[in-house]
Amino acid sequence: MKPPFKGAVDCDLHLPSPPTTALLPYLPAYWRDQLETRFIHKMGFQLTSYPPGSPLTCREDWRPNKGERPLDQLRRQALDPFGVEIAVCSLLHGAIALFNEDMAAALCSAVNDFVAHEWLDPEPRLRGSILITGQNPDHAVAEIERLAHDRRFVQVILPVMGDMLPGKRQMWPIHRACEKHGLGLALHAGGTYRFPTTASGWPSFQVEDYVANSAAFENAIVSLISEGVFSECPDLRVICLESGFGWLPTLIWRLNKEWRGIRQEVPWITRPPGDILRERFRFTLQPVEVPTAALIERTLEHIGSDELLLFSTDYPHAHFEGEEALPDGISEALIRKIARDNPLASYPRLARTLQPVTAEQRS
Amino acid sequence: MSRTLTRHVVGRAADLPPGGRKLVKAGGREIGVFNVHGAYYALANICPHGGGSLCEGFITGLSVAPRPGQYDLIRAGEFLRCPLHGWEFEIATGQSYCDPKNTRLRTFHAAVEHGADLVKGPYVAESFEVRVEEDYIVLEA
Repeated sequence: MKPPFKGAVDCDLHLPSPPTTALLPYLPAYWRDQLETRFIHKMGFQLTSYPPGSPLTCREDWRPNKGERPLDQLRRQALDPFGVEIAVCSLLHGAIALFNEDMAAALCSAVNDFVAHEWLDPEPRLRGSILITGQNPDHAVAEIERLAHDRRFVQVILPVMGDMLPGKRQMWPIHRACEKHGLGLALHAGGTYRFPTTASGWPSFQVEDYVANSAAFENAIVSLISEGVFSECPDLRVICLESGFGWLPTLIWRLNKEWRGIRQEVPWITRPPGDILRERFRFTLQPVEVPTAALIERTLEHIGSDELLLFSTDYPHAHFEGEEALPDGISEALIRKIARDNPLASYPRLARTLQPVTAEQRS
Repeated sequence: MSRTLTRHVVGRAADLPPGGRKLVKAGGREIGVFNVHGAYYALANICPHGGGSLCEGFITGLSVAPRPGQYDLIRAGEFLRCPLHGWEFEIATGQSYCDPKNTRLRTFHAAVEHGADLVKGPYVAESFEVRVEEDYIVLEA
């Protein structure tokens, strides 16, 4: 089913990666020259481990429609049918996987400006994610500071499998900048493929790569909590995108159990880590690995909160038929929590930006 | 159903200096008697979490951190760490640090009394003779 009311907030929706030539106008002269003279502008910068033709990349009926502007297609397929008032979108660009951290930062800036001008300007329902490269926190913070005044950006986005675990202290300037500006820290499934996707090296099959994301999210969450990020940044909110949530009950159980016995090692954690998890982390719905309404409600009961789940379509990835973004049978009260109340309470900037965005906020 | 507590003389005060511990059997139970900074406390030697011999664990302090990476150990000698799963308990109260609402250890009253007073009242002495001129630890269990 789809949300039975207007005003839903879709917390994970993807913008198509533009041809690199479309980013050239947003690059400084030096980088424009570098890209053109080195033919880098002919690269696609796709950031998926699966082929472009697979349903994971794009649902068949959601593939780019010749003759229709991408923005019109997004409105027709992702915004209008689901009664979406706000959609938090992201453009996951392969620039974040470049080893040249300066070129990566320049391209991230170009992508962010491209999103602001080509998507956020014409479509007031869209909210953006600031794309950063985690390999150089100085660059990342500079980009956050550059764009923080534009309140249409509601989060900063990183792949869940980065160059280092997200709780490590080198990453804290990013977390501090997010907290300071009321931006969520979004961790998206996937990585830059510089490091194996499992703790024991590279897997053989795509299915392993895909399922490994749950473990990567567990590692990231345990890292952020254990390193004391929320002692340092108590208001930081982390949004896990395409993470699933069915594995949360056992993670919370184990985290609390181990903390009780060996908390002396991390004495800045002064309350059960599961409480911190429930308070500071949020999880988007699709792809939903808990298939029925009864199981979802039971899982939330085990998690101990119905405030963690955020509605998402994960457009244009194929996870459901038609407009069946919500498993059938979920109570309307829970849908209202997932699709409206939770998102507004989770993103510090979202409730405030529900008012029409003024020209001043865009400048 | 309550049982009348019996007063047990469990040792000479001089044998349990500050920081010391003594495991005794009293009232059919194993009980740990502790001298923390000169005050005497007694705890059941069974961890309310997993049943471990709690009173045989490390006597330690409380690890704290005002900020991540800034470590300190405070209240040294006031906590007991269970050898089975590492849960910490405050010796004075028997209260669990990590689960204070739900997990508390059975505590007993322990105090020092003078031998001259002890010979007057009812008590159960262990395998030693009480002398009027010395101080003894009396446990109610």
